Amino acid sequence: MSSNPNENILTGERFGAAAKKTNNILGDRIFRVVLTACGALILIIVAAMIAVMTQSSWLSIQKFGFGFLTGQTWDPIKGEFGALPFIYGTIVSAVLALLIATPISVGVAIFLVEQAPKSLARPMAFLVELLAAIPSVVYGLWAIFVLAPLLRVYVQPFLQQTLGFLPFFKGTANGIGMMSGGIILAIMITPIITAVVRDVLEAVPVTQREAALALGATRWETTKIVLANANSGIAGAIVLGLGRAIGETMAITMIIGNRPEISASLFDPGYTIASVIANEFTEATGELYLSALIEMGLILFLVTFIVNGLAKLLILSVSRQTAQSQ
Amino acid sequence: MSKISVSDLNFFYGKAQALHDISIDIPEREVVAFIGPSGCGKSTFLRTLNRMNDTIPIARVEGKVMIDGKDVYEPNTDVASLRRKVGMVFQKSNPFPKSIFENVAYGIRINGIHKNRADLYERVEKALNDAALLGEVKDRMNTSAFGLSGGQQQRLCIARALAVQPEVILMDEPASALDPIATQKIEELIVELKKQYTIAIVTHNMQQAARVSDRTAFFMLGKLVEVNPTQKMFTNPDEKLTEDYITGRFG
Repeated sequence: MSSNPNENILTGERFGAAAKKTNNILGDRIFRVVLTACGALILIIVAAMIAVMTQSSWLSIQKFGFGFLTGQTWDPIKGEFGALPFIYGTIVSAVLALLIATPISVGVAIFLVEQAPKSLARPMAFLVELLAAIPSVVYGLWAIFVLAPLLRVYVQPFLQQTLGFLPFFKGTANGIGMMSGGIILAIMITPIITAVVRDVLEAVPVTQREAALALGATRWETTKIVLANANSGIAGAIVLGLGRAIGETMAITMIIGNRPEISASLFDPGYTIASVIANEFTEATGELYLSALIEMGLILFLVTFIVNGLAKLLILSVSRQTAQSQ
Repeated sequence: MSKISVSDLNFFYGKAQALHDISIDIPEREVVAFIGPSGCGKSTFLRTLNRMNDTIPIARVEGKVMIDGKDVYEPNTDVASLRRKVGMVFQKSNPFPKSIFENVAYGIRINGIHKNRADLYERVEKALNDAALLGEVKDRMNTSAFGLSGGQQQRLCIARALAVQPEVILMDEPASALDPIATQKIEELIVELKKQYTIAIVTHNMQQAARVSDRTAFFMLGKLVEVNPTQKMFTNPDEKLTEDYITGRFG
């Protein structure tokens, strides 16, 4: 039974353990201190970032107060700064991306894990992961030269004809705008969500699938059982994608149109927080301008924080529900 | 006529042959126990009976497995309805991440067995009762199945299998992860279930085989060495190999 030859079967004590004991305790202490330091470092970095950004944006915070969050004008020349169009653009483009990417990603992951033969699943999974490695500026170029014309010529006129009564599909179809931004973000976060969901599905024990099959379940019914096991993990994957979509800068800057306006129509151009920082930081003349941009960074930080927090709460309530009373 | 009749069954994982020319008859409403050392093919054999090995892409089967006179490996066999008829309980209890009620209701729902909601309730209660679990869970049917103890979870899995009204129940070491008291409950349950069902059980525990089964089959290296009434098997086996194994001379 006992695999360790040095172990005394009756007492369970290891020969030589007593001699090493003091050494072990010291080792454990060092181990603990190092780990605690690693944990503390994260907190310090977050605190330092908030502190520095708050300090650097103090001028703007003092001048505009909470009005900064609700202000809709962004006029560097007059020295008037409001963040609302950017917050709106960031959230809408990210949510749009999630709406498109989630079903596709979950579908691809289910296909890879539950349906595809191994000979196909491996190279496909590799390709999906490769998608995540493409630089975002390349996605941006593709969006400008392929996606935007496609949307302008075919997709948006079609949507206008069929669903034009909805406020989302009004206005001129010009390709570049919120819709293209959302779609390019969706394409960029799909590999990330897919990869995580794939791992989550693969971690579901085979015994769960066998239990369903043994009761006469079809493939689809078995897959539903697998999903029931994986739903909190899938929600986590979606949050990860959301975080990425909110923070993505380059590709969306190239395609969203960069106009600080709030418009219900998805055809119209918008602007995101990350984009405005990237576009204007180098040209920000004047302390107030710079300070306003840094406050945008602080807001992006908070938006990410709040959105992630809400998503985590959602996951918690969902997983609690499924664990208790589904 | 036998409920299950297997003739010249060969089973391959890719090129490796895991079962050699197995022939065995299992009469209706009897418990047959499969014993043998680890890796002897007894679990593999059990899983050929409801085609659970179909999920393994490289698996291949030759020979015949007749259940009620129909070969389950015929191309036009409906595997889902075969598995409904031949239920299975696994080594490790594997309840779904659902409530106790929904776990038992699952098989009834997907197979559309119930007529209405009241009927569904009745069937769930009956299955739980047959699995000797109803008294313990009656007041918390809507709580998570994960809140049950290991032994209760295993009986829940048995209830889940019973709920779809199978005729045969396959059990793959159903008590190997349980403590002696929970094991005893499962064994009593098996003896009780024998009145209605044909049961095949894989076990490492020879006392268990002796206690619950009418017939015992001894497997070794993918071959069926001997199958005989349990009484005879444990007192006066035909084969020297069986005797050596049962008396603990190897293994």
